[in-house]
Amino acid sequence: MAGSTGGGETIMATSATVHAHAAPQGFIRKYIFSLDHKVIGLQYYFLALTAVFVGMFLSLLMRIHLVWPAAVLPLVGEIKPETYLSLLTMHGTIMVFFVLTTAPQGGFGNYFLPIQIGAPDMAFPVLNMLSFWTTFVAFVVILAAFFVTGGAPLHGWTGYAPLSALTNSGPGQQLGADLWITSIAIFCIASLMGALNFITTTLDMRAKGMTMMRMPLTVWAWFITAILGLLAFGVLLSAGILLLLDRHLGTSFYIPLVVVNGQVMGHKGGSPLLWQHLFWFFGHPEVYIAILPGMGVASQLLSTFSRKPIFGYRAMVYAIMAIGILGFMVWGHHMFMSGMSPYSAFAFSIMTMAIGVPSAIKTFNWLGTLMHARIRFQTPMLFAIGFVSLFVSGGLSGPFLAQPVLDIPLHDTAFVVAHFHLIMGVAAIFGIFAATYYWFPKMFGHMMNEGLGKIHFFFTLIGAYCIFMPMHYLGMAGQPRRYSQFTELAYLHHLIPLNTFITYAAIITISAQFIFLFNLFWSMFKGPKASDNPWEATTMEWTTATPPPHDNFGGKTPVVNHGPYEYNVPGAARDYIMQTDPATVASH
Amino acid sequence: MATFNPLISVRDREAGQGGGNTHPPVSGGDGGGRGGDSSPDYGARLRRARLGLAVASVSITMLFVAFTSAYIFRQGLPTFDERTGEYVRDWLTLNLPMTMLLVNTLLLLLSSVTMELARRQITRQAALAPVESIPGVSLGRERYFPWLGATVVLGVGFLAGQWMAWRELSDRGFYVATSPSSSFFYLLTAAHGIHLTGGLLVMMYAVTVSLLRKPVEARRIVVDVTAWYWHFMAFLWLYIFGLLWFMR
Repeated sequence: MAGSTGGGETIMATSATVHAHAAPQGFIRKYIFSLDHKVIGLQYYFLALTAVFVGMFLSLLMRIHLVWPAAVLPLVGEIKPETYLSLLTMHGTIMVFFVLTTAPQGGFGNYFLPIQIGAPDMAFPVLNMLSFWTTFVAFVVILAAFFVTGGAPLHGWTGYAPLSALTNSGPGQQLGADLWITSIAIFCIASLMGALNFITTTLDMRAKGMTMMRMPLTVWAWFITAILGLLAFGVLLSAGILLLLDRHLGTSFYIPLVVVNGQVMGHKGGSPLLWQHLFWFFGHPEVYIAILPGMGVASQLLSTFSRKPIFGYRAMVYAIMAIGILGFMVWGHHMFMSGMSPYSAFAFSIMTMAIGVPSAIKTFNWLGTLMHARIRFQTPMLFAIGFVSLFVSGGLSGPFLAQPVLDIPLHDTAFVVAHFHLIMGVAAIFGIFAATYYWFPKMFGHMMNEGLGKIHFFFTLIGAYCIFMPMHYLGMAGQPRRYSQFTELAYLHHLIPLNTFITYAAIITISAQFIFLFNLFWSMFKGPKASDNPWEATTMEWTTATPPPHDNFGGKTPVVNHGPYEYNVPGAARDYIMQTDPATVASH
Repeated sequence: MATFNPLISVRDREAGQGGGNTHPPVSGGDGGGRGGDSSPDYGARLRRARLGLAVASVSITMLFVAFTSAYIFRQGLPTFDERTGEYVRDWLTLNLPMTMLLVNTLLLLLSSVTMELARRQITRQAALAPVESIPGVSLGRERYFPWLGATVVLGVGFLAGQWMAWRELSDRGFYVATSPSSSFFYLLTAAHGIHLTGGLLVMMYAVTVSLLRKPVEARRIVVDVTAWYWHFMAFLWLYIFGLLWFMR
């Protein structure tokens, strides 16, 4: 089947030499404890899909409570301030770790990175399986926090000490917080294993002719994301270990002399700022871990559906690298409120604004790709354009918050909520949607319904803007974030109608996600049969069968002769040249 | 025997590839023939495993970089004293159990040497394996020293020594929560010990599979990668010891 659409040169090899393990037969080895990167990718994807619905449900409860505080809600009953905080904590944690980190990298990266570089599998298939199941355990552990005595923790997804470091600081801070820390630590280990696999695979398993500068931008994004994960998750793990020691062995890394409920605690001399430094040294790169794969997908799709080479391929690669490097130098901008030296704040501020440069390079290159193009406005493309739109809208408030003088009044308001939801949350989710609609035919062998896809797109794009754009205004008008109730505060009364509007927008947008869910599962079985290359794309996943065989290329090892985005090459017979097409086809 | 080049078995399989050395080697061009090519490519697997280890070492390094920055941060942090109302330093200088730690360091460095000897021994064995499999060719009986076993013994000795160093410290009244300096001592030694235990478990696995008649080339990969990991652990210990000593 390999090369059925590309018809390129292949080197025959016995399956034993290209693929270390044979295709499994039993159900358990095939679908549960599978070593196949494609099955593992799908496992990650469905884990993230479950997590995103849990996270979304929690956000819905919060939005309803904010505008109708007296409402008694299903499953949680009456929402007390501490209930609200635990909803907030769990929403953030589940979304950041189990959705935004899991789906783009663990899901699509696992499935498509090996195929796009022409490899039969990941470098270490057993490790790959272990990293998924470790992530699964982490997810079960975090969900368990809902059901223990005291409930889920209150300390936010950022787990700030000393609230997180003391076991008697709130109802959810006993077992709930222990489960939270344990879950994050397990997740760190899983992510480190995954990052190791991604990096080794990219460096060592590329097919003949697949030079680094011929890699699709998706592969570059997954590769750099893996490097960020490798450097960042170890630091979060160390921070978590210190937190557990403070909680259970009486050490004072994060806890100063502190009095809780009139009782002097035994700790002294620690600093909550130490947690903030360690956490944000991880936390800021984490933002890029969530968004870089989306950038890769957007680049891939804008080029494919514009039928044009990506504008400035090399600049795109260097911009991803620059964002990755700068991402490790800006963690202090989350801590302007901490009373840091103005000189440090100034340095962090300059570095943060410098990220605007590679981000702008990417944005203008995306626009350059779209310029003068005969664009095919199919659903994956709509979501890719939506990604660019949200990236710009969410990104533009970044330089505001990068300045300490503006960040200090805005930091604890809804403005920051609007900023990071647009850029890190919704933009990354649009990347996931774009990837889903684009790769669904390859993964499941059927096409998704275009009509439902477009309805889903417009509801989600307009809905997301209706939710998050007004939040900037709420923030500037002084509405604090993390407060469970504001309707009692007279100075915020005039904001109630806008808040009600946001809640309605959230209800409609969340409801629209069921269109997607229906389309996903309905198309899996009832969608029209997909051809091997329905989008007429160039990268290697489209040269193989649909869905791809166990070793990806049916016992053959592909050879790459072309770059990833050779669309509309002058002199070529078709308007696209696949990476595996013979070198004799006109190329540049 | 003496003139056999051990590199041949690792490198010559890449003939089917071109354009850089980053590709998984495949057997070149003999599509129809199955015979002989069904054996896994140990050269590529070794290279991949070594690369994987190098990447893993980066993440372990980051873990200890984070601990180090916390160490330096916490050491310089003034503490509010509620009795005097002034800021004081609560970092008690730790009298390290030096004799014990020096003996342990010696044990670990020695184990690094024995591990390296084990690695070289199995590299030679793996290189000779294809020659020995030729009918009628005999290389004579080479005597193999159980270097791996020796490394396990020395490694366990190191861990036992670290345990005794802990005991010595706790006998003097320094527990985990006594002072930030003692907290970090227990934390760093424990984190290193856990990583070292991982290496020991892999070594024991390698010793076990050598009894199960697995191909020597496969065992060689395990031993080779464990050896580099073990050297990394020895280096890491020297770093931790240096940190604890020079930044008391």
